Amino acid sequence: MNAPEQIVLIRQHLIDPEVCIRCNTCEETCPIDAITHDSRNYVVDPAICNGCNACISPCPTGSIDHWRTLPRTAAYSLEEQFSWDELPVQQEVPEDSAVETPAETAVEQALADGMQINAAVSPTSAIAPWSAAHPYINLYLNKNPVTATVAGNYRLTAADTESDIHHIVLDFGNQFFPILEGQSIGIIPPGVDENGKPHYIRMYSVASPRSGEREGYNNLSLTVKRVVSDHDGKAVRGVGSNYLCDLQKGEQVQVTGPFGANYLMPNHAGSNILMICTGTGSAPMRAMTEHRRRMFAKGQPLDGKLMLFFGARTPEELPYFGPLLKLPPAFIDMHLAFSRQPDQPRAYVQDKIREAGAAVTALLGGDTYVYICGLKGMEAGVMEALREACSAAGMDWAAVHAKMVKEGRFHVETY
Amino acid sequence: MSTIDYSEKIPNNVNLSEDRTLQRALEHWQPNYLQWWRDMGPDGSNGFDVYLRTAINVTPEGWANFDHVKMPDYRWGIFLAQQDENRKVNFGEHKGESAWQEVPGEHRANLRRMIVTQGDTEPASVEQQRHLGLTAPSNYDLRNLFQINVEEGRHLWAMVYLLHKYFGRDGREEAEALLQRNSGDQDNPRILEAFNEETPDWLAFYMFTYFTDRDGKFQLNALSESGFDPLSRTCRFMLTEEAHHMFVGESGISRVLSRTAAIMKQHGIEDPEEVRKHGVIDLPTIQRYLNFHFSVTIDLFGADQSSNAATFYSTGLKGRYEETKRDDDHLLKNNQYKILDIANGQLVEREVPMLNALNEVLRDDYIRDSVAGVARWNRVLEKAGLAFRLVTPHKAFNRHIGTFASQKISPDGRVISEAEWAANVRNWLPSEEDRAYVASLMGRVVEPGKMANWIAPPPVGINRQPVDFEYVRFN
Ligand SMILES: Cc1cc2nc3c(=O)[nH]c(=O)nc-3n(C[C@H](O)[C@H](O)[C@H](O)COP(=O)(O)OP(=O)(O)OC[C@H]3O[C@@H](n4cnc5c(N)ncnc54)[C@H](O)[C@@H]3O)c2cc1C
Ligand code: SF4
Ligand code: SF4
Repeated sequence: MNAPEQIVLIRQHLIDPEVCIRCNTCEETCPIDAITHDSRNYVVDPAICNGCNACISPCPTGSIDHWRTLPRTAAYSLEEQFSWDELPVQQEVPEDSAVETPAETAVEQALADGMQINAAVSPTSAIAPWSAAHPYINLYLNKNPVTATVAGNYRLTAADTESDIHHIVLDFGNQFFPILEGQSIGIIPPGVDENGKPHYIRMYSVASPRSGEREGYNNLSLTVKRVVSDHDGKAVRGVGSNYLCDLQKGEQVQVTGPFGANYLMPNHAGSNILMICTGTGSAPMRAMTEHRRRMFAKGQPLDGKLMLFFGARTPEELPYFGPLLKLPPAFIDMHLAFSRQPDQPRAYVQDKIREAGAAVTALLGGDTYVYICGLKGMEAGVMEALREACSAAGMDWAAVHAKMVKEGRFHVETY
Repeated sequence: MSTIDYSEKIPNNVNLSEDRTLQRALEHWQPNYLQWWRDMGPDGSNGFDVYLRTAINVTPEGWANFDHVKMPDYRWGIFLAQQDENRKVNFGEHKGESAWQEVPGEHRANLRRMIVTQGDTEPASVEQQRHLGLTAPSNYDLRNLFQINVEEGRHLWAMVYLLHKYFGRDGREEAEALLQRNSGDQDNPRILEAFNEETPDWLAFYMFTYFTDRDGKFQLNALSESGFDPLSRTCRFMLTEEAHHMFVGESGISRVLSRTAAIMKQHGIEDPEEVRKHGVIDLPTIQRYLNFHFSVTIDLFGADQSSNAATFYSTGLKGRYEETKRDDDHLLKNNQYKILDIANGQLVEREVPMLNALNEVLRDDYIRDSVAGVARWNRVLEKAGLAFRLVTPHKAFNRHIGTFASQKISPDGRVISEAEWAANVRNWLPSEEDRAYVASLMGRVVEPGKMANWIAPPPVGINRQPVDFEYVRFN
């Protein structure tokens, strides 16, 4: 671990003092008060701005849409910015340094704000696939959540099973809430925690494609598991998940987001998608699969392959089991793993990955994008299975993995 | 969050459909409004597809929605900024109380008057600008003109909504009257003088949008501090639109300066007569236009001492610019302010109770803001290596309201005789010849990307579109 210390770069948000007319629109607009002014200039505070872009289109001059990549330690201070008559030019950026996007700084900010973040422990891409659609992020935050109406809430898992997973549809009416497959939203549970503070936001992956749960409608769906015991099996009633699972049609929910700028699907024809998930980790996979299914149904060009590894205890506990089975094998190569089937040996997703090793490595060698989602506990086993599959095929997993991470092709989201 | 309801005839985020009476009253007003737009709106613009910014909701992402819109079909709506449940009255005798959601009975007349005065300025500028479309210097500028027009029209709607919703029968009558007065109409003019001046050419238009729409910024900002919450929310949303108007003015003059400077450098000339021969606007003429628009606009802030202003403030109806950002007691009972007066033939400063001088306080804030922008214009000249600099005239120059109404003051702030004024007025304010010269340059240029000779292209397009984008399609 004696690698030279990497220079961390940020993309600093700047306002062009030559074009800005000091109209105050941006300061009024910024949801987190990152903009301030003196009698001379309007400036963005690099310690606050998270690059949410809310200020960009309301600015009448375009002067606010300037970004400079520079070492975090050399970020322009407020004082410097106040003194400018012109924008500084972009300095050369040292190669090989890690660029921290405002979205990442947003993650740090989110932590400080008591928000929940992705708990992945394996390396995961900090950038989206090159052909991903451009996401909107952070349109609504704690300070200005958007109200959605519950348009449906039903149990996905059979009533006699232990696992209570709900399919919840939220409608945004004519409010602006654009979402892409793989993004998540935040739910603000009503009420306060034991310290009297409002509950922190709970994150949920969106299970519907960009065109809406019902195509052409401004709605989306979630796959929420009712938490009745903690990770150690002790009985607890999860705050967010119980609130959501108990919602009635017509009730209103405070929503933040959209969140996530990396865990997005590729959109170019020929791109393959390898999905590995358990339980509610199926939400983003359902979104991506459904998006491709709708394209497929419309006869749009789609020669890429879809491969899915999906684990649950029994078919009755596997969300979206029925609809999944209706997908033709030509459309998706599906591998379901059940760990509590009577008369059958326990099977986990990693076992299925090993079994299908040749098909998996063939895919990994191509124009493929990997997505892993579910409980944190699944990560280690899955990574190990991928490594084994590769070595059986004479591939260097470490190199393949590193390359995929760097190219925005390997995405892990666990919680 | 509040969404805008587009399913109704009148887009709104005020739950109009739940108040049938109000909805009917506004639906009754609307045809008259549309008739006014047909009679008084931009000449010959019907049927054009204009690349407009329209609000689809009032959050940052929602209110700046760009698309081509067929001209009379712009969705003039009633949009209030999102409500802040905990908002308080932040100044005056009611300081600390919850902001009012209804009109307090005792302040009804004053509030109505303020709203009517504000409302009267909105359609006025549409009327003042109606012929400008015929002489737009580019397709891009034509689009900006239309954007301003539709937003001024919408601002009228905003005020009319307040009048209808909160002021009963009187409010409805005032709302009618807003459509009956017309800018420059001898018999029934607009309330404030600056709004009865003509905007005959594009130089005047840019000056107007720079100076006079900036008055809007300060007035709306002061009103958005109001303890009457619906007024505050309305003004806050209007402010977001006002910014574009000032942008058109500020960048418009920059472009004129930049074009003139380029010609002066190219031909190595400084003499205004020479400059005019090249079909661009000479710098002294720009200075005279500036003097005129600056002085006419600062009159809009009213008399230097006003007991009305004191009452509006003390009763929590109208605050100062950025009221909540100031750290004083927000009561101002013991504060003093310096205003200008004349003694022994000279301008002198005199301390008066601040409450009575609140018009002057707002005017001074405005002046600081305007002057800063003029300094940015000068940077265009500086960069071009020219020695000429624009200056704002003294605040007592060419005033028609307050202490200086009957006085002659030079642009550099000397009290002068009628004779000296008469001898110099042509150097200080645009003469008939100046206006005729500028008018002679006005001709319609609408091919995308092309500019009239007297103005430089804008550095960036609207909503990051290229400059040669087809902002207006004529069909
Ligand atoms: C990016 C992201 C996407 C997510 N997407 C989904 C999704 O699509 N569907 C979904 O159901 N959840 C999803 N989650 C998890 C979700 O945000 C909550 O953590 C989960 O619903 C539990 O919240 P709670 O308020 O009910 O429990 P809490 O009140 O927060 O916790 C109660 C106790 O349960 C433990 N606990 C928390 N989560 C779990 C769990 N899943 N299983 C067992 N014990 C747990 C906690 O450690 C705590 O001890 C996602 C999380 C992240 C970070
Ligand atoms: S990008 Fe977002 S956070 Fe940054 S200044 Fe703009 S509005 Fe504020
Ligand atoms: S909105 Fe744009 S023009 Fe207005 S102050 Fe902000 S950066 Fe300047």
